[in-house]
Amino acid sequence: MLSIKNLQASVEGRQILNGLHLEVKPGEVHAIMGPNGSGKSTLASVLAGREEYEVNGGQVTFLGQDLLELSPEDRARAGLFLAFQYPVEIPGVSNANFLKTAVNEVRKSRGLEPLDSKDFLKLMNEKMKLVEMDKSMTQRSVNEGFSGGEKKRNEIFQMAMLEPTLAILDETDSGLDIDALRIVSNGVNALRGKDRSFIVITHYQRLLDYIVPDFVHVLYKGRIVKSGTKALALELEEKGYDWIKEEVAVNA
Amino acid sequence: MSEDLKILDEVTNSEYKWGFVSNIESDNAPKGLNEDIVRFISTKKNEPEWLLEWRLKAFRHWKTMTEPKWPNVSYPEIDFQDIIYYSAPKKKVSLNSLDELDPEIKATFDKLGISLEEQKRLAGVAVDAVIDSVSVKTTFRETLAELGIIFSSFSEAVHEHPELIKKYLGSVVPYTDNFYAALNSAVFSDGSFCYIPKGVRCPMELSTYFRINSAGTGQFERTLIIADEGATVSYLEGCTAPMRDENQLHAAVVEIVSHSDANVKYSTVQNWYPGDKDGKGGIYNFVTKRGICLGDRAKISWTQVETGSAITWKYPSVILKGNYSSGEFYSVAVTNNMQQADTGTKMIHIGKNTKSIIVSKGISCGRSQNSYRGLVRIGKNADHARNFSQCDSLLIGDKCGAHTFPYLEVANKSARVEHEATTSKVGEDQIFYCNQRGISTEDAVNLIVNGYCKEVFNQLPMEFAVEAQKLLAISLEGSVG
Repeated sequence: MLSIKNLQASVEGRQILNGLHLEVKPGEVHAIMGPNGSGKSTLASVLAGREEYEVNGGQVTFLGQDLLELSPEDRARAGLFLAFQYPVEIPGVSNANFLKTAVNEVRKSRGLEPLDSKDFLKLMNEKMKLVEMDKSMTQRSVNEGFSGGEKKRNEIFQMAMLEPTLAILDETDSGLDIDALRIVSNGVNALRGKDRSFIVITHYQRLLDYIVPDFVHVLYKGRIVKSGTKALALELEEKGYDWIKEEVAVNA
Repeated sequence: MSEDLKILDEVTNSEYKWGFVSNIESDNAPKGLNEDIVRFISTKKNEPEWLLEWRLKAFRHWKTMTEPKWPNVSYPEIDFQDIIYYSAPKKKVSLNSLDELDPEIKATFDKLGISLEEQKRLAGVAVDAVIDSVSVKTTFRETLAELGIIFSSFSEAVHEHPELIKKYLGSVVPYTDNFYAALNSAVFSDGSFCYIPKGVRCPMELSTYFRINSAGTGQFERTLIIADEGATVSYLEGCTAPMRDENQLHAAVVEIVSHSDANVKYSTVQNWYPGDKDGKGGIYNFVTKRGICLGDRAKISWTQVETGSAITWKYPSVILKGNYSSGEFYSVAVTNNMQQADTGTKMIHIGKNTKSIIVSKGISCGRSQNSYRGLVRIGKNADHARNFSQCDSLLIGDKCGAHTFPYLEVANKSARVEHEATTSKVGEDQIFYCNQRGISTEDAVNLIVNGYCKEVFNQLPMEFAVEAQKLLAISLEGSVG
């Protein structure tokens, strides 16, 4: 469903991604780990189409389409979802109103009728349960005054509402306590399915205890330098990244 | 320029949608202004001698005055001798039904989406529609009359209720008040008059639509609203104007009198032609709006949504004379392209335990300049007076300006005055966040701006809030959508 070939990207003139390859098939969960500054969040931003990131080489195909040709909103409508590392606040716009706009935009792009208020509420109530979210949250302004945990939960709630084909979780575990981590992970696991894929970007093996990945990749200096199974994450947890850096140095 | 900024630029450079001219024959006064013109207007309107005298006094006073230069706006000198001061649709007939309405006028309303019968049927709103200077059609008057409520054109009220006009005309905004109020007093063409008797709660929203429709015609409306003791009324006013190359002057006066325990809510959506994107044409809107809380526990609330005019100069104010009286001002002012707005309010606390609230939301886009100017004055006898002011500015793009000029004059130690102000930008990260959820940049800007204005929109009557949101969307996105 997602095929990244030799992707190169820079931000503010600084080259971050240096020929990244990644294949994601339907239903797979790929974890991306790596030391600070290796390009993990850049990858997420480039895939979502953030303006400041310039792609200067390579191809990305998503469901048979050239992803890089699409505007950010068209990528979202095509089924790509990014759970933000730092969710943005929109004062005065209720969560419910925001999501209704988003859901109906996505439906429109798929040739579906917009949901009426009743059906939308029903959908919302159903999906809220996935992340054990309180009903009052839907009437609060988008992310405004939310705690760190609430913001991340809200991201997963939005994901549940929008039912993407590919979800990218950008350090969704950062800033979460154990309980929140469990809730968020349960939400994600409930959404796993044979047609839905995930790219989980994280620093910590801990998250992968909850969201068990099919593959683990190590990103270093803008490239995937090692791939493996969940065992690789455990190895990284134990030994750190130095041995990988050395391997890369030897092979270079 | 990043993609978002480019889109913002397109969005904020859009053209006025409602510019069209209808071909109604006009009965115009010759250009220019002198005592003869004042007499001409008064004669045309068949006015009593006392009103002509009042107009002439105002005119003579106006001649001694000079144009105010203190607002934060700039425009070429106005030639007051190059303006037509009276224009009325020629076909004057009394209508038995809406079907008899001049088809041209009807078409004009239809283009604006103001179908009278629809208004009548759906909204239950009595509409006193004013094209140029003469009242075209008044509805629901009989229903209102049963309650003793008077809602008519100003000219009719002059003939039918001279005692009320004599008593209240100029009592809140005297003709000596300012340059444009003096000009209006001399040449006002028509407007609306509303009187709610003691203890009566007006059962429907009263509404007037204004529209400038004759090239080169100055429009000088005069509105007078009186709520007698314990009366309650909600009054709506909305405007749109057709596209013009020449600048048109609009200098209206609105006076509100709220007696003891009376409550007047005045809401307006203003969408005069703002000029093209280079600032050519557009309406100069120099308006004096003021209310007085004459008795104890009286209340006046202004809500305005300003999206139009090349230049806006407008400070709906409340004089809080009665003890425990209260004044409110809720405002959204949008400026786009080359528009300039200098708008705000004055809250004059005279009585004891008076309170006022000011919520102002300025939105600047394009190359526009948007200023908030507000005065809170607490007189020396206004014990325990309270004011809360909140003035927020939102910038869209990087070529516009937002300014805040708050004036506080407190002469009583027991007063409590609070002022909050913020300036923010529609952030690229906010827009990207919306984009990532499938929402286009245009819709995102709309959503964000609507969220920002929510406190003010919540004050508007339901059907007006919808119209205001529509207008806001048009001002922000225009033909791009």
